Amino acid sequence: MSQTQADEVMKSRPLYGTLTPKQGSSHFIVADGEGGDAVAALLNAAPDMKPLAHIVYIPGANGTDLTALLEGLGARVFHPAPSYASASQRIRKVLGDAHMGLQLYVAGTEGLIGQVQRDAIAAGLPHDALTTEQRGSKARRVQCVHCKGITENVTLDPFVCSHCGLNLFVRDHYSRRLAAFQGVCIDAEDPGEVPPSEERFK
Amino acid sequence: MSLDDAFKDPFFRDESFFGDFSYKNSPHAVNRFPFPFPEDDYMYSVNMEPHVKGRPGSIFEHYFDVDEHYVSEMRDRARVLEQDPLRCQSLPHMTLAGWDLLELIMEKFAEEYPQWFALTKDSNRWHWINRPLGIDQKFTFLDESTLPMGPFEYITRQAQGDFTLQDQREDNLWIEAGMVTSQADWSLDFDIGMNFHEWHAPVPLAHQMGIFDRALKFLLALQHGAPVRRFNWTMTVDPLLDTSPENYHKWGPTKTTLTPENIGKRQHLRVELQTLIRLPRSNAICFPIRCYLISMDDLVTRPKWARRFHRVIKTVPDELATYKGFIRNKPMILDYLSKFDDGAPTSPGWWPED
Ligand code: HEM
Repeated sequence: MSQTQADEVMKSRPLYGTLTPKQGSSHFIVADGEGGDAVAALLNAAPDMKPLAHIVYIPGANGTDLTALLEGLGARVFHPAPSYASASQRIRKVLGDAHMGLQLYVAGTEGLIGQVQRDAIAAGLPHDALTTEQRGSKARRVQCVHCKGITENVTLDPFVCSHCGLNLFVRDHYSRRLAAFQGVCIDAEDPGEVPPSEERFK
Repeated sequence: MSLDDAFKDPFFRDESFFGDFSYKNSPHAVNRFPFPFPEDDYMYSVNMEPHVKGRPGSIFEHYFDVDEHYVSEMRDRARVLEQDPLRCQSLPHMTLAGWDLLELIMEKFAEEYPQWFALTKDSNRWHWINRPLGIDQKFTFLDESTLPMGPFEYITRQAQGDFTLQDQREDNLWIEAGMVTSQADWSLDFDIGMNFHEWHAPVPLAHQMGIFDRALKFLLALQHGAPVRRFNWTMTVDPLLDTSPENYHKWGPTKTTLTPENIGKRQHLRVELQTLIRLPRSNAICFPIRCYLISMDDLVTRPKWARRFHRVIKTVPDELATYKGFIRNKPMILDYLSKFDDGAPTSPGWWPED
């Protein structure tokens, strides 16, 4: 398997939609980076969601910061967070406490969507209560298959594992449980022969 | 448990699958090797047939084949698990399926190999004896606290081949438990929790050919008591059972050390006999993946196999050779095999002498 890069989208790769208003007793919205624009579009299209909305927003690793825009939307709760790790306890608590009728919306990078999706499944949220939209950076969360460490915001392929230092190429094979793509040593057969990195995931 | 006692039965070879690679097939094992090609070419297909008993002496004689490599393979499994405990995982709701599998293996082993295994039952109080591995265990069926580890890990440490358990729901199969120490380069730790199409995602061509749609449909209707089987194959340098992606950076370099002088001894055909079994209580599907290795030198001792294998490798699409990981050595393999192919026709079927 190690050599393969299928040219079409792999079946393990998730597909995303567009945030659209849904009937619900409360609306939990998580976004990062350019995903903030999708949230603004959602709430502007359905202003009556605002008194029922709880937004968590994380600025993008690429520098995009729409905090001011989202704060001004008038949601019942607005929580800016510096990173997913810092927000994850809150996100899991809200998902764990969710009553029937909670709708979950996630917009932004694939890494963010995957992690919220994973936490929502773990909390037992029904599949159809979740809407996603991919926006902004195509950077990937990648798990090194060798040391199991996850490197966030990978834009280059190949790249150096931030945990064990092996040169990894990024496969399209995706695990929803880990919310991560798989990274495999690129110079295993010919140590040191590493092709130049390209910016594949902008 | 003392594995050393086991080698007192001379049937079981004392050999290694790493380091000095002392693994070898006896002439009997070569003769019964599951050569997986019934024709002179190969392409993916929905190749499934009923798992019924086959010719005496063949690997199909029994429900589970226990062969001369049994004890050494189990020792290799224990070694791999010690190095990387993540090779055996079971999500919490799969425990019942683990008991289903434990029952199946114990019953079949005791029934088909009474010289090595015994199972006695006094309602739920069971007594299991595994002589080759020196195990004598009394326990209560369905009571986890009476075994030294979960039922799935317990029994798959005593049975050759990898095992995965698939839960069935939402018209799909979900891989949610596995004992995976002799895999052809895929990661249980990465794939656990995926559905049928997701874990097969990296396979080239087969999705477009509709193979996985048809195979899944067939499996969803699989009945208890009517298991099926199929073969898969790849190529491995040295008789290394643990060709894991986790350790790929360690074994990958051996592919560059083949030479025309050592290829016959070191290049192995790796055949997986895969069985699909519906389990009775959990309704899960069990997937044993039994690995057989044969060196090119041993393979070419059967003229029909030698001719046919040359033709298969010659015509296999590059996508498959790349996926299976032998594209860089394909020319050298063909050079070696061509000396044994005089162009004579081969008879249909995989048996060596038919
Ligand atoms: C339900 C049990 C099954 C499990 C757990 C399973 C698992 C796997 C895994 C993990 C791979 C390696 C994918 C990778 O590269 O990462 C694979 C490959 C493959 N599987 Fe399955 N599989 C199952 C059943 C089947 C069935 C019924 C078919 C029938 C058509 C099938 C056909 C294939 C093929 C053609 C490949 C590519 C193998 C190669 O070229 O070496 N699988 N399978």
